[in-house]
Order: sequence, then C-alpha cells, then structure tokens
Amino acid sequence: MNTFFLIMGMALVTFLIRYGLLPLSGRFTFSKGTTRALGYVPPAVLTAIIVPAALLPDGHTLQFSFSNPYLVGAVITAVIGRLSKNLLITIVGGMTAFVLWQWVLKAGWF
Amino acid sequence: MVDMDIKSKRTEFFNGARDTLPLVIGAIPFGIIFGTLSGGAGLSTAGTMGMSLFVFAGSAQFIAMGLVGAGTAWPLIVLTTFVVNFRHLLYTAALLPYLKRLPPGWQAVLAFGLTDETFAVAVGRYGCADDNPYKHWYQLGSMIFMYTNWNLCTVVGLAAGRMLTSIGRWGLDFAMVAAFIGMIIPYLKNRPAYFAVLVSGTAAVLLNELPHKLGLILATIAGITAGIAADTLASRETNAG
Repeated sequence: MNTFFLIMGMALVTFLIRYGLLPLSGRFTFSKGTTRALGYVPPAVLTAIIVPAALLPDGHTLQFSFSNPYLVGAVITAVIGRLSKNLLITIVGGMTAFVLWQWVLKAGWF
Repeated sequence: MVDMDIKSKRTEFFNGARDTLPLVIGAIPFGIIFGTLSGGAGLSTAGTMGMSLFVFAGSAQFIAMGLVGAGTAWPLIVLTTFVVNFRHLLYTAALLPYLKRLPPGWQAVLAFGLTDETFAVAVGRYGCADDNPYKHWYQLGSMIFMYTNWNLCTVVGLAAGRMLTSIGRWGLDFAMVAAFIGMIIPYLKNRPAYFAVLVSGTAAVLLNELPHKLGLILATIAGITAGIAADTLASRETNAG
C-alpha cells in the first residue's frame, strides 16, 4: 500500500470535486436519477467491505456457522443498531458481543 | 468604517462557528472512531493524520480505511473516493452564485472545507435576505471549526487506538465491522435500500477472489444498480396504483 499516493490521490479528487469543477458547476445540474444513485453509494460500499469480513474471516473460506464470531457479532450488532439507532452504543455493544462470543467459543460452551 | 468592516467579518466568522457547534459535536465520535480504528486497518499514524489534514471528508475516509484494511489497491481507493464525494459537486453548484465573485484564493479555501456539515450551515446564511458582503466569513468560521475538531478527534482516536492495542485486542479487529454496520443502518429506510445492500454483500462474497479487491468495486456497482432498479420499479408501482 503506497500511503503517499493514496492520500495525495484522495486529496486531489476530493478537492477537484469541491473546487476544480467550480467554473463548470453553474452549467451543471444533476438529474434526479444521478442524485438517487449517489444516495446508494455509501451503504453499497460499506456493505461490500464488511460482508466478506464477517463471512470469510480468513479471507478465503466461507464460514456460515455459529463458530464464526465475526458473523455472530455482526448479526448482534445489526440488531443493536436497529434498536438503539445510536452509533456509539452500536459499536460498543457489537464489540462486547464479539468478545463474549469468542470467550464462549474458547470455553467450549458451544 | 474600516473598524466596522473588521467587526462585521469577525461577527460573521464567530456566528458561523457557533451555528456549526451541533454538527461539530455530532462529528466527534466519528473522528475519534476513525483515528482509533485506522491502525488496525493498516493505516500508519502519518497516513491517518494525512487523510484528516488533506482529504477532510468523513465518509470517504472511513470507506478508504475499510478498503485499505481489505487490501485494496490505492488507485481503486482513489476512484471510490471520487464516487463517494461526487455529491459535493451539488454543494459547489448550490453555492456558486455566492462564491463566484470571491477571489480564487478564497474560493480554493472554502471549496477545500466544503463538507456536508459546513454546506448545510453556510447555505442557510447565504440565503438570508440581508446584503452583508461578508457572508463568506461565516462559511470560513464554520469550516475552520469543523476542520480543527475533525483533526483533534483524529489525534485523540489515534492515541486511544494505541492504548487499546497495548491493553489487548479486545475485539478491536471487529470494531470496524461494528462501526460500518452502525453507519449502514440509517440508510436502510426502504425496500430498494435493503435490496441494494443485499446485492452488494452477496456480490462481494462471490467476487471475493478477484485480484486487487476488484470484487469490492464491482459489488458496489451491482448494489447501486440493484437499488436504482428496485427504486424505479417501486415508483412505477406507486404511479400505477
């Protein structure tokens, strides 16, 4: 991972969007469809990142079972998130569930 | 007269900062979480700080961190950043009538700090009926407050991440999954959104073995397409019924 190029690249494209297109932006209007499509970008990217992390913890093999603490943790986190609607509670609750489930598995209770 | 001008600029600047306060408070957990999780995702301290200092775009930074953690090639991360931040073009377009008369230096500084939060606050001030010529000082106050806070929170998060790592892992490798789930949930307001997420997640698993984590990008595109398709179908049904 070349961090320098990554950050310079990210900084450049972000600034170009916010500034570089300023002269053009007056003539530029988003269609309703584009605005709608952009709304799906963050949830789609975030999901594409975490679903493999939860289902393929070693990066290659599908582990669709209770012995996978990432999957169990993710399901519990989603439930907490739905109920609490609070980011901090969701993260702390989810991490607690993950750690506890790892203990349960290590102790051989499951 | 000069004194009056300075006073007016100062008032605008501090009003901008004051009106951004609730949004600054809202950004605090995100900034700290970003700094805390970055180390586990494989971003160096300099890389983490560099992102907050030079990119200054919350959701794009989180997504980039997740992609770094998944081992994605940097050009793909830059491309994703472009797509994620593309909505900011709307902000520039909305503020253009006010920004176009400013000198290029001012335009560049204000554009750099045009986050969702500062846009939301500044657009309200520009829309006020009074003809104060220093409304851009209001936007400057808002962006400097957001920027300082975001970078301080990143520092705090970096320090917290170091401490947590030395205490033990304590589920820190799961924290990013938990954080992202918490960030996805507010988007799940209707069936097309659920469908987008379902397709994106399934495709990401199926395409997992593609090189350079290309599968992540393709899965994202599949998810967005699925969302739009479901959305179109849903609105047709509504129109027909």
